[in-house]
Amino acid sequence: MIGLSAHLGSFHSHGRTSITDVTDELPTFAEIFETLTFQAGFNTNMVVLGTTLLGLAAGVVGVFALLRKRSLVADAISHATLPGICIAFLAAVVLGHEGRSIPILLTGATLSGIAGVLCIHAIVRCTRLHEDAAIGIVLSVFFGAGVVLLTYIQKNASAGSAGLDHFITGQAATMVTQDAVVMVSIAGVCLLLVVLLFKEFSLVCFNESFARATGWSVSLLDLIMMALVILVTVAGLQAVGLILVVAMLILPPVSARFWTDRLWLLVLLSGLIGASSGYLGSSVSALLPRKPAGAVIVLAAGVLFVISMLGAPARGVLASLVRRLSLNMRIASEHLLEAAYEQEGRPIPGDQIRGLARLRAWPLWTLPLMKLTLNRKGYLASVTAEGWRLTPAGLARGAQVSRNHRLWEQYLVSYADIAPSHVDWSVDQVEHVLTPELVAELEHELRMRGIEVGAS
Amino acid sequence: MITFDIGADLFPLIACTLAAICCGLLGNFLVLRKQSLMGDAISHSVLPGLVLAFLVAAEINPSVMFAGAALAGLATVVLIEAVKKVGNVEPGAAMGVVFSIMFALGVLLIEQAAARNIDLDASCVLYGQPESLAWFSAPPSFGDLFAWRTIGEMPRQVMTLLAMTLLSVIFISVFFKELRIAAFDPALATSLGFSATLLHYALMIAVAGATVASFEAVGSILVIAMLVCPAASARLVSDRLLPQILWSVAFAIASGVVGYFAAIAVPAMFDRDAVSIAGSMTVVAGLLFAFTAVASPTQGVLARAFRQRKLARLVALEDLLATIYRRDEQGVGAAPAAQAEVSLQSHRLQSVLRLARKRSLVTGELGSLALTNDGRRVAERLVRKHRLWEDYLVRKAGVAPDHVHESAERLEHFAPAPSDGPEKDPHGKPIP
Repeated sequence: MIGLSAHLGSFHSHGRTSITDVTDELPTFAEIFETLTFQAGFNTNMVVLGTTLLGLAAGVVGVFALLRKRSLVADAISHATLPGICIAFLAAVVLGHEGRSIPILLTGATLSGIAGVLCIHAIVRCTRLHEDAAIGIVLSVFFGAGVVLLTYIQKNASAGSAGLDHFITGQAATMVTQDAVVMVSIAGVCLLLVVLLFKEFSLVCFNESFARATGWSVSLLDLIMMALVILVTVAGLQAVGLILVVAMLILPPVSARFWTDRLWLLVLLSGLIGASSGYLGSSVSALLPRKPAGAVIVLAAGVLFVISMLGAPARGVLASLVRRLSLNMRIASEHLLEAAYEQEGRPIPGDQIRGLARLRAWPLWTLPLMKLTLNRKGYLASVTAEGWRLTPAGLARGAQVSRNHRLWEQYLVSYADIAPSHVDWSVDQVEHVLTPELVAELEHELRMRGIEVGAS
Repeated sequence: MITFDIGADLFPLIACTLAAICCGLLGNFLVLRKQSLMGDAISHSVLPGLVLAFLVAAEINPSVMFAGAALAGLATVVLIEAVKKVGNVEPGAAMGVVFSIMFALGVLLIEQAAARNIDLDASCVLYGQPESLAWFSAPPSFGDLFAWRTIGEMPRQVMTLLAMTLLSVIFISVFFKELRIAAFDPALATSLGFSATLLHYALMIAVAGATVASFEAVGSILVIAMLVCPAASARLVSDRLLPQILWSVAFAIASGVVGYFAAIAVPAMFDRDAVSIAGSMTVVAGLLFAFTAVASPTQGVLARAFRQRKLARLVALEDLLATIYRRDEQGVGAAPAAQAEVSLQSHRLQSVLRLARKRSLVTGELGSLALTNDGRRVAERLVRKHRLWEDYLVRKAGVAPDHVHESAERLEHFAPAPSDGPEKDPHGKPIP
């Protein structure tokens, strides 16, 4: 049943607690402080530093993968590294080297990652299948081949093969200083390349045909981008594992996208989000038992994603909800002002407001909000039993909206050849967003046609 | 050397093949709707559902875990849609966001389960344990299999897969028309009065069901492979949906059976232990795809290269005949001597000449080439088409006379000639 072997402690062992200890021993503040300020012992420091820089590089590189709509190619690449790792291991053993040597394994991973990218490219080029199918094929077949080799090694090869499967879900706890150095240097190379090619990358991301027309080789730049993705993936294999490393390439840029529309800011923010999830994740993992670094890093990035998606002021869900609601309220209250203007300043009785609400399909709970909107703009004088009474400013605004309505209606009938019986609805949308300049232009146009528009 | 032991091999083989068929069937619509990676996302995301179900039930309860996984699968589909729509995130990235967070949650939860002395291994969810379906009280011979006992002792995983496969077949046959329209033209589907979105959700639920039913026996990697590879291979064999579906089933069965025995037999040839069955089936599916992509008679790389070559030769032959005809017409006398005049590379020119002689369209050698009667007829027809097109482009399409030659040069080989025209083309040459 579902791989339920009862073997103990194969996953994660921790210095201070045994795996059978169910209660989580909370770290002291001193320990937390030490870990977060890089004073917790050399190995922990290296792991935290390595994953932080890895997060930074992944966040930065991921932006370009996201903008090129290639985020899931990274998923295929990370899965495609497994056969390379296994072949490198087997080759090293055959040649009489230590099989579990990290540089050899990572070289193998890089090569098969490259092979995976080339296969995707070939499938899209030479068949009528789309990129999603190509990604799915490469991802599953390469990973399947890796699993075949992995089981072969585990069952047949000599000792020293233990831990190859740690590349699947990652295990930062077994990392040594040398591994962290590899991570740091790969991250450094990626960042350097992105800084050097920033202009070219942004050109390809935003205007591919312009890039082609000005003489850049788009496929070469794409290939360099993919090479960076492969490098980051390989660097993240040990700490995060091949299944989750794709999250470090996708989550930070998607989160950062909610905050800004400017590329350099996007890259900066994404790198920052990646770095902080790496830093927080590996610190938590070092401090608490049974918290595998890869998963915690991804979950930290996930929390930042949820915060960004909900709360970012630029494109976040809440912000756009508020914006939409306030626009709706403005439009609704202007309809109310219009109605008041047409009644020549008499207060609008509650019945009529409710009727208007039914006609315009406003939910009744919006009425207090509308009252608030009118009040804030100083349009509402008082609400009595008689109804809502408006201030002179409110009536003036009502007159203005009403005038906009009729101007636009007149314009549509005389310029756009729309039947008079059809103009009312389309005008209802436009009258609220007409700028004073546009109104002036409308007046001018209509006067040119000899249509009397009256003074504003 | 392949040996088949009923006890050890029958149920694992059936389970793997059923999983392959079930996923292969549904995969057709995923591939057509460009959603091949939904299977990838769903099969990664069932992990936290499984572990939570285990933690809640505090024991290995198959039905609770099945429910947990199915719920997690559904949640994935809904969350991906939500991130896509509400957050305005690109579809691929939305998938990546949801499944990686879910999988990370699963890995973390596994660690908590490990604290209770029981280890749900993440890698086992990935590549399954078909070996665990061995049938210890199996009858010794195939003849004894035809008894009620066989059904009674069928493992639960096989039953689940059988049910899921039947459900998929029913789903696809009942909604075949709707699925087809939704796959090729979602807008038409909506305008015809049934919701393509609703159908999408139904399909996703089926995929989630297939994933959950499969991964227990065969692991999620086989699910991902079978949702894409057979359908993608079949797409390269047939242009019609029904044959494509049947082909995909054939590919799925072939990957299942060949992969199963390869996992045991190939290592045995080198005196080694068997390798992962799910992995081996995936590799076979990949090899089948690679073979189809290269060798498919309609869509294969080879077939297309061959067709292209044949067409290029035909065009070159026609161009050669037309060149000779034009020179005759101008009275320049002796036919083209230099290869530059027919703008063909030397070795291509030789092969085209051979073809022309074989069809007895030309006589003589390079330098003194002349058209036979047949050749003259072909060339005349071609030049007529060329000049009629030029005339049409100038008069009807408003193209400048000095720009029409290139277009006409291409059109003359394919498009039928415009029905009528004047005596002369825009350059003043007679139209034969």
